[in-house]
Amino acid sequence: MSWKLDSDRPIHKQLLEVLLTGIVSGTYPSGSKLPSVRDLAMEAGVNPNTMQRAFTELEQKGLVRTERTAGRFVTDDREKIERSRDAIATQQLTLFLDKMQQLGFQKKEIVSFVRSKIEEEKNE
Amino acid sequence: MSELLQIEELVKAYGKGQKPALDHISFTVGSGRIVGLLGPNGSGKTTLIKLINGLLTPTSGKVLICGEQPGVASKAIISYLPDRLSLPGDQTIGECIAYYRDFYKDFDTERAEQMLSSLQIDRKKRIKALSKGTREKVQLILVMSRRAKLYILDEPIAGVDPAARDYIIRTIIGNYDKEASILLSTHLISDVENILDDVILIQDGSIRLSSSVEDLREEKGKSLDAIFREVFAC
Repeated sequence: MSWKLDSDRPIHKQLLEVLLTGIVSGTYPSGSKLPSVRDLAMEAGVNPNTMQRAFTELEQKGLVRTERTAGRFVTDDREKIERSRDAIATQQLTLFLDKMQQLGFQKKEIVSFVRSKIEEEKNE
Repeated sequence: MSELLQIEELVKAYGKGQKPALDHISFTVGSGRIVGLLGPNGSGKTTLIKLINGLLTPTSGKVLICGEQPGVASKAIISYLPDRLSLPGDQTIGECIAYYRDFYKDFDTERAEQMLSSLQIDRKKRIKALSKGTREKVQLILVMSRRAKLYILDEPIAGVDPAARDYIIRTIIGNYDKEASILLSTHLISDVENILDDVILIQDGSIRLSSSVEDLREEKGKSLDAIFREVFAC
């Protein structure tokens, strides 16, 4: 996990983003046990209370569940994870489209631009 | 239930007719918090810390640790790192460990040994033969190896190199008990700001700002370091 944190923004939000990426990308697979809050806090160099807060938010989203004695697990609900992944992707895409339109690209141009870029990478 | 640390209308004047070093300060620290005590030089941080440890007596106001005034009982639950060397120069590190073990019931020798070996410090060396940074590390290791309820660290990482600083910060996070709290003063804000729950900014003996660090970031969209520079701009 890479914990690049920016002190200008609330840390718990950034931790949430990193953990969420870990879950949707399969670094933390569906149904798997997550490391302890303390261990992750040490790894990230943050306060355990802040890490706990990020976990609480993941629990509220239903992506993580706590079992009293066994610890924390990623949800078994793969569909839910997929929906989160789509939500993140949509968010990124919106940012990208906004940026491209700011640069003066028309929607059609953006599509052909993306297509040719992908073709280019295929040939590499 | 009483707070772990409760400061009420605390005043400390070093001489009659002089401007007090601390002027009616009040705050509380609950359990399980890491609190940063920040302020420019001469703002009263060390005075406050000495009052909490019972090394100074208040001119007026109260310091309560778990509801009690500083004394024998509070010293058993507070682990204090002073802002200067407090270890005897003629002793070896190993002797210092034995001393701490005999003196404090809550001292965890194994933890101390483990930290010494992680930082590759030779326990046979005498304190006076160590560099300033290594001395600071040894002192911090001794303080953090107690299983105390309240750790009070006065400038814990000032003389330590960045790599060891990272290790020490991780050690602080990893070692303290869920119920314990840490009050630390430092100038190296950017190094510690990600581990703080709350911050108390003091200036000229008064509290200028006291807040949760995450709330502050949310509200101002800035790092604690940037906020500090703004508040205390010269």
